[in-house]
Amino acid sequence: MDVLAPLIVIALLALVVLLVSAPLRRGGSARMEAEDELRRADLELARDAKYREIRDAELDYRTGKLSESDWKRLDRELRAEAIEILRRLDEVGGGSPE
Amino acid sequence: MATVGRACLILALAVCAYGIVASLYGARARRPEWVESGRRSVYALAVLSTVSFVVLQIAFLRSDFSFAVVASHSSTTTPFFYRAAATWSSQEGSLLLWLWLLSLWASLVLFLTRRRLRDVAPYATATLLGFGAFFAGLLVFAASPFGLLAAPPQEGVGLNPLLRHPSMMIHPPMLYSGYTLFAVPFAFAVGALIVRRVDAEWIRATRRFALAAWFFLGVGILLGARWSYSELGWGGYWAWDPVENASLMPWLTGTAFLHSVMIQEKRGMLKVWNTSLVLATGTLAILGTFLVRSGILDSIHAFGASTLGIPFVTLIAVMIAGSIALVVSRRDVLRTEHGLDSLMSREAAFLLNNLVLVGLCFVVFWGTFFPLISEAVTGTKAAVGPPWFDRYTVPLALVLVLLSGIGPVIAWRRATVANLRRSFMWPVAAALVTLVALIAAGVTRNVGAVIMFVAGAFVLTVVAQELGRGAAARRAMAGEAPPRALVNLVRRNRRRYGGYIVHVGMAVMFVGVAASSAFQHARDVRLSPGQRTSVGGYEITYVRPTTRISQRAGSLEKISFGAVLDVREDGRHLTTLRPEKGYYPSQDAVGLGPVGRFFEGESTSEVGMKAGLGRDLWTAMSPDVGKMRPLIDRGDKAFAAVEGKIPPAMESALLGRAIRGLVQRYENQPPPATFRVISSPLVAWIWIGGLIVFAGGLIAMWPAADAAGRRVRAGYAARVARELGRA
Repeated sequence: MDVLAPLIVIALLALVVLLVSAPLRRGGSARMEAEDELRRADLELARDAKYREIRDAELDYRTGKLSESDWKRLDRELRAEAIEILRRLDEVGGGSPE
Repeated sequence: MATVGRACLILALAVCAYGIVASLYGARARRPEWVESGRRSVYALAVLSTVSFVVLQIAFLRSDFSFAVVASHSSTTTPFFYRAAATWSSQEGSLLLWLWLLSLWASLVLFLTRRRLRDVAPYATATLLGFGAFFAGLLVFAASPFGLLAAPPQEGVGLNPLLRHPSMMIHPPMLYSGYTLFAVPFAFAVGALIVRRVDAEWIRATRRFALAAWFFLGVGILLGARWSYSELGWGGYWAWDPVENASLMPWLTGTAFLHSVMIQEKRGMLKVWNTSLVLATGTLAILGTFLVRSGILDSIHAFGASTLGIPFVTLIAVMIAGSIALVVSRRDVLRTEHGLDSLMSREAAFLLNNLVLVGLCFVVFWGTFFPLISEAVTGTKAAVGPPWFDRYTVPLALVLVLLSGIGPVIAWRRATVANLRRSFMWPVAAALVTLVALIAAGVTRNVGAVIMFVAGAFVLTVVAQELGRGAAARRAMAGEAPPRALVNLVRRNRRRYGGYIVHVGMAVMFVGVAASSAFQHARDVRLSPGQRTSVGGYEITYVRPTTRISQRAGSLEKISFGAVLDVREDGRHLTTLRPEKGYYPSQDAVGLGPVGRFFEGESTSEVGMKAGLGRDLWTAMSPDVGKMRPLIDRGDKAFAAVEGKIPPAMESALLGRAIRGLVQRYENQPPPATFRVISSPLVAWIWIGGLIVFAGGLIAMWPAADAAGRRVRAGYAARVARELGRA
């Protein structure tokens, strides 16, 4: 056991060093690509959230918690915001999951 | 293997320090590879703390008494499953559990958000690693679980008998999961404030983690209440004990946060409030950990005093000062996007709900810390008891339950008279019918309880109505059969309807609390065999004493003295109860004899209970062992006379005979025993309500199925695309 313990510790140390240094060893070649990918992921998240808001508003209207005029106004606003998100998604080369 | 555990903790501390520097450098210099390296430090922390935790668990399971912490918190007579739980009964083990759980949850959230919030994530990573560094530092420098004994004992002290309860296997990990998960939204809030990105994105990315923290902390609190009810022998489930309160405070502010973020997501309001709430919740989670481990306040749940007060107080002070500085310095970007349109709106109801929850938290905080406050002001440590807490929390809880019925149905922005009539007609009618029924049944003794029952009926009707209307709307839209429409309605709107189910569970739970508190019958009575007493319409007779000697691994584990109680209702036999008191030998009492030490150590109550949906009959007993003191002393004197003169095997055999003789004497000439008998209505509904709450919580946080999500997204994308074409 006395011999095994230092070996285990050395193996763990090597594993940790390999794990945390891997991105540094790869360098910044994929940096721009990663930036675009991250921006697209943020926009997709925002788009999904906007769709949820549109559905929520419709359910609120159908269960009597929004008047028809309020719902239509809110729905218009939310759809306009969704359209804007889709435009920005197009700019970064993403889009609807279709 | 202690070397491996210790080395892992030192490496963990180094990895935390490196990860903080890498994340901050990567964020400032816009070097994603450094940010990624910082994120991977969290994964490395998870690996290292897992190895450390496994090493300690193995030591406990193998009863390796060369580990000081194992020798002082476990023994060969501790059952196998409880040896695993003994790991976190020690201060060192519980700190390691904190670090381990934090590293796992932090790894999960950073993995799931690896392609999102690229500006916020590095600061969140640094904050999470800051917590990791704090706990790893404590484990390396102040409370190492891997300290070794020069001369390991043959036998350990053993796990505190009070902790030998099935719920103790999962109660602490649940609480600590809650505490550590609250660190996630805390860290992302810090990141969002630093980069001034205070929109709802960070909330969306971490909302599920806040919900999971709320869920686990809630499960932990309920398990603790159940343990208290069935194990502590005082007959209650909630004593407003400092350690109980410590877990309740972040749960209350976390509940407030989960509600108020909806307003920020929908209306862009309450940004200062939300960030303050989540920062306060994270701080209260650390305070909770500190209270459990520190022993600065007297608690029935505190199992050891700590010397870690200064580091914890320093961390809490840094968190409070940092949070205030961040919120104040970012007040320009935290301005609300909309004002409150009307006091008759869902926003107003949510705001009121938040004020009530924070008010409750403040009451609990004040009551919990009153002993320290009074000592600082007057020099005398004075505590406030349950009546003080009840005076303030009962009215607030009533308002809270009522709001949990109003919130789901009142309109956003501004409720109209038509909306109010449509939404509240049936719930108000159900509440009035309940009130009339209670008055007719003569249930009017406790006004607070009656109001709670009425409010409960209101909430249940609101949710039933909402489910009915939602299913009807879905039927109209999708043409589905009613059961399918209901299932799909909940499945497609998990957050909303999961939340409503939580409201049902809370209402049921509060009804159980109100009924069991207001209409409880309790009596402490001293009985000898053959004598009887009456409590709440039950006639209870002490029939005969019972005894039991428990052995484990060839050693005497405990002596149990109990009673057989015959319970009759209206002259008919209802049930037989068998309460029991277990006596464990004291391991560290100097000067005690081998017989006497059983009665100077820890003792546990095994309650005798008949639980039902309508009423629980609960009993605990405490035999008057003082009457047996002469016999115990005689046994100890006899052993003292032969100590060292006879072989250990013979001494052990003689002890067995002496204990058997003592037990026989208890059966033949039983001394009187004090019985606590409690008859409480609807206690079972507290646990059932809790299960409903957690079912609702699970529904709300369960991720949507990918296929369904894709279909929904595709459908809406097509609709939005059509709008885009027309625009």
